[in-house]
Amino acid sequence: MSVDAATVRRIAHLARIAVSEDEVPHLQGELNAMLAFVEQLSEVNVEGVEPMTSVTPMQMKKRQDVVNDGDIADDIVANAPATEGHFFLVPKVVE
Amino acid sequence: MTDLTSLTLAEARKGLADKTFTSLELTDAHLSAIEKARVLNAFVLETPDQARNMAREADANIARGEVGPLAGIPLGIKDLFATKGVRTTACSKILGNFVPTYESTVTSQLWRDGAVMLGKLNNDEFAMGSANETSCFGPVGNPWRREGSNTTLVPGGSSGGSASAVAALLCMGATATDTGGSIRQPAAFTATVGIKPTYGRCSRWGIVAFASSLDQAGPIARSVRDAAMLLRSMAGHDPKDTTSVDIAVPDYEAAIGKSVKGMKIGIPREYRLDGMPAEIEKLWEAGAQWLKAAGAELVEVSLPHTKYALPAYYIVAPAEASSNLARYDGVRYGLREPAKNITELYENTRASGFGAEVRRRVMIGTYVLSAGYYDAYYLRAQKVRTLIKKDFEDCFAKGVNAILTPATPSAAFGIGEKGGADPVEMYLNDIFTVTVNMAGLPGIAVPSGKDSQGLPLGLQLIGRPFEEETLFSLGEVIEQAAGRFTPARWW
Repeated sequence: MSVDAATVRRIAHLARIAVSEDEVPHLQGELNAMLAFVEQLSEVNVEGVEPMTSVTPMQMKKRQDVVNDGDIADDIVANAPATEGHFFLVPKVVE
Repeated sequence: MTDLTSLTLAEARKGLADKTFTSLELTDAHLSAIEKARVLNAFVLETPDQARNMAREADANIARGEVGPLAGIPLGIKDLFATKGVRTTACSKILGNFVPTYESTVTSQLWRDGAVMLGKLNNDEFAMGSANETSCFGPVGNPWRREGSNTTLVPGGSSGGSASAVAALLCMGATATDTGGSIRQPAAFTATVGIKPTYGRCSRWGIVAFASSLDQAGPIARSVRDAAMLLRSMAGHDPKDTTSVDIAVPDYEAAIGKSVKGMKIGIPREYRLDGMPAEIEKLWEAGAQWLKAAGAELVEVSLPHTKYALPAYYIVAPAEASSNLARYDGVRYGLREPAKNITELYENTRASGFGAEVRRRVMIGTYVLSAGYYDAYYLRAQKVRTLIKKDFEDCFAKGVNAILTPATPSAAFGIGEKGGADPVEMYLNDIFTVTVNMAGLPGIAVPSGKDSQGLPLGLQLIGRPFEEETLFSLGEVIEQAAGRFTPARWW
């Protein structure tokens, strides 16, 4: 399988990465090189094989349903590029 | 007094305990070595004041007789580990001047045991790379050069700063992380020892995530014993990481010097690649003979799905990365590019904040997870991963204790020499190491010799889950036979 220029633009949008028109051919070439490389997986017989979900045979641990952290609003906004009080600021989302 | 930077961690521990020198002296010696080695670009942030304060505290503790396992030992920290109050960037522009308000579990355990932080070490951006060339701080130089050449070579990656700093005697040991070979490949390129423990052995909490089902922390060190000492402090159960395993941490150092008599060492035929340099083949054979001479038994084994590990990795790892890196949105931390609306804010920030390799991997990951392609790519890769793991399980079920392979398909190469036209050329560096991450197993790279150009080469030992001790015992045999290697100082 390989991707065309329209697919490259669609993936870039899905990934929320701005891509300029002159970057598309180059990216298309690189993505297709990767897809050509992974193509060899199609020759493996995976009939009846379970997909791996956990590399170590263990039960997912569940923590107690109790509050064990919090009251750190200052910490949470400490590295934000734009804040007001304890809120993150973003461009207007709702018209 | 001998140069304090040339000691191993084990020797320094003895010197500190005997009060031959202080942690402050040891720390100052390393801080001055770091200053003189800035051309290597191994450190992206030096923290001399913090280092001296930690050293003074260690000295006070030692004077009181409170000697932690790493008391007063100066270490470097890969910039992927969150360090409280100290800038942490994953060597990406998108994290900018991110200053964590918390400490990663692994580093907090090092400080608990008395270690001293010298600074933060360079790495490939978000640990994506095999040459430390994708860092936003620029490439790292390998202290090793080809004989008679002035060309600067790469130290490998992604833990290139860690490997370079340890090899150049700038720190006594370093933290590193390994998703597809990022500890073992740079260790092999710099004649240092690197171990990626079993998945779940070290907590991932507070480490910038790349591919969560593959990422593991581990040390890069000057000797096998040093690596054992560091791993003991780094490992352990952490309730904050649900994949961290609740098994007691053994005294890894006790495994050093243990007899390997009767151990079965698998030699996998699929690791004999067409076109592999004869020197690597020869070294592999030498390694096998050293283990045999120490009483181990060599058996040929087969890991039939080996060739599919790297392509499966380049689906699974980018898929997980595309999901993990969704958090870099220009809203909560890090870089933010101006935009008219929220979508543009995300798109502009991520376009300018991520480097080329990261953008490529996020896009490939997005593609293989997208509607219509998930089954063909991602699901198939996860099934292949099951088969890769089963290969190892079958091998261990036949009584094999560990598997011996070359660590890398070549020695270190020049900056800019690989992957320019085709990214896959760079990815092939990890062909011997990536299987281990796919199966969640422990693997150690030990320096084993030099090629005809005088560059170091390493061997890899792969162990059963949570049997890191076997790797330390066997690694020590190789180290004793091969000796240790130090680069000639040119910086």
